[in-house]
Amino acid sequence: MGHSAPRIATIDGIAQEIAGLLGSMLVETVDHADELSFTVVREKLADALVALHDKAQYQQLMEIAGVDYPERPERFEVCYHLLSVTRNHRIRVKVSTDEDRPVPTVTHLWPVAGWLEREVFDMYGVIFEGNADLRRILTDYGFKGHPQRKDFPLTGYVELRYSEEDKRVVYEPVRLAQDFRSFDFMSPWEGAQYVLPGDEKAPQAPGAPSAAPAPPPPPAAPKGEPKADTPKTTDKPGVSGAGEPADSEANKKSEDKA
Amino acid sequence: MSDYLEKLDHLTDAADPSFGDTEIQNYTINFGPQHPAAHGVLRLVMELDGEIVERCDPHVGLLHRGTEKLIEYKTYLQALPYFDRLDYCSPLGMEHSYVLAIEKLLNLEVPLRAQYLRVFFAELTRICNHMLNLGSHVMDVGAMTPNLWLFEIREDCLNFFERASGARMHSAWFRPGGVHQDVPLKLLTDIADWLDTRLPRLFEDAMSLVVDNRIFKQRNVDIAVVSKEDALKWGFSGPMIRGSGIPWDIRKAQPYDVYDRMEFDVPVGTNFDCYDRFMVRVEEVRQSARIMKQCLSEMPEGPIASFDRKVSPPKRGEMKRSMEALIHHFKLYTEGFHVPAGEVYVATESPKGEFGVYLVADGSNKPYRCKIRPTAFSHLQAMDFMMKGHMLADTTAVLGAMDIVFGECDR
Repeated sequence: MGHSAPRIATIDGIAQEIAGLLGSMLVETVDHADELSFTVVREKLADALVALHDKAQYQQLMEIAGVDYPERPERFEVCYHLLSVTRNHRIRVKVSTDEDRPVPTVTHLWPVAGWLEREVFDMYGVIFEGNADLRRILTDYGFKGHPQRKDFPLTGYVELRYSEEDKRVVYEPVRLAQDFRSFDFMSPWEGAQYVLPGDEKAPQAPGAPSAAPAPPPPPAAPKGEPKADTPKTTDKPGVSGAGEPADSEANKKSEDKA
Repeated sequence: MSDYLEKLDHLTDAADPSFGDTEIQNYTINFGPQHPAAHGVLRLVMELDGEIVERCDPHVGLLHRGTEKLIEYKTYLQALPYFDRLDYCSPLGMEHSYVLAIEKLLNLEVPLRAQYLRVFFAELTRICNHMLNLGSHVMDVGAMTPNLWLFEIREDCLNFFERASGARMHSAWFRPGGVHQDVPLKLLTDIADWLDTRLPRLFEDAMSLVVDNRIFKQRNVDIAVVSKEDALKWGFSGPMIRGSGIPWDIRKAQPYDVYDRMEFDVPVGTNFDCYDRFMVRVEEVRQSARIMKQCLSEMPEGPIASFDRKVSPPKRGEMKRSMEALIHHFKLYTEGFHVPAGEVYVATESPKGEFGVYLVADGSNKPYRCKIRPTAFSHLQAMDFMMKGHMLADTTAVLGAMDIVFGECDR
């Protein structure tokens, strides 16, 4: 007995049936952990899903998930999770794309795809051709960038605060009181992708893989941190709590007003 | 009089409309983001023709916290508490999908007692969630008392969660491989007493005020009727799809943990309106109590977490005495466990519908991608077509019957 995740009965020959249905649209079939994934040609995605909906009884589109693989030539993968309530079966259909090449929409088949495609567009910047309402959905009004991309920093680029002086919410570049801590748990004996400090001086054995350059040293901690016994407050415009540039900016404005 | 009407008969003032005939433009109103019936931070931009809703554009994302991005930077175990904070009305339902997804990737067997405990507390979560939803639904359409009584039950549930996990809401109690801690026998007997006495008394009392109430029916019957075809097309799940007459329940169709050993009925709607969705949830509460009683009578003694020490940490007492256990404990709480590369989509029947987790692992100790499939996202999207032609006042009834929580919708 294995895991206790939802047990979905396997249908004999379902992979062959779908492969026959998709024909030349199919690129690759993967059967992993009792789940079937079909990669299809990007331009033919809508046709493939129409065929699965009409002929293979996959009535419901439950989810569209984007995944980013920056090292691939077509970095984004868009995964459609289909559910058949009559056959009690789930499959996954995938296409790959990049920033420029659009994926055909399936809103004509499932209206639920509207928001799901909007979310993938918002998070990854994948364009869906034919979606009439491709606005951002989860991020802020006027947000820039696509936050789920692997090259988008976890902290983002801007932070906002309420400015008592301007009587509105203002956006400022992110300033971190502490550097983001990312611990590396890869064992140096099991294929860590960097050279341990000091090892770069050691002569390389002939035929050994050339070492990747050591990571740059972490930036030095900013000097002149406020002492712990002086509390940070934003009650006065001159002490915004967002650091020196913001403070001087805030001071300047109040003088201008006065 | 008749000759006057005859004179008027073929006349029209279409070319030169009088004052009363001039076209009145539709106007747009904002419903929320700070509206008590919006169940959180929902902004509905509605175009009204008088009091009739012509178009309804929900703006979501005001509670977006970047959960999926944060999870990519945490180990599998550190990411677990984020799931409590998605749908904060039914935290254990969210955890359930996540731990099952990890176990599926690891192909990890869970001891039987842990499976029973999970099902038991997942059903308690369902009762807890439905108490909040049913109560706020009746309050949104004008009744006060049932809500207060249902909150009594919810308070009891939260106390039980606290006794099991130490936290009233954000339990973080389901863990990959089992549950965090065993429950004391007294807690199980107390819940058994509660299921026999307090729950049915309070719940049936509250429902007797509502289900046959004329005002409640006027506000809900024939509101936002969704056909079976539409329910499938709009990606409905849970009580919403059952309210549309499709007997689809993942607990029955694709059973996980020990749901295949449980006997329970799946209620479906017959008129496909808001009242049906309400009544489906009412019946689900009774069925959940039935499942919990079966769990109590069948639950075996035994371990509550996997013995695979590469995934599930040893007990604290053991850790204090055994060097090997100490190493395992240290490694699991710093580095965490590594999950073999692969991808799974695991969906469970959360109180609100199908809650799915699409987990992509790359062999490291952190998820490469964790896509969360919220229930509210597809339900809320259907708001436009469900509201078309209804009155403005029906918005609250439709929203209440959808059971939307923005922690989950916006992630």
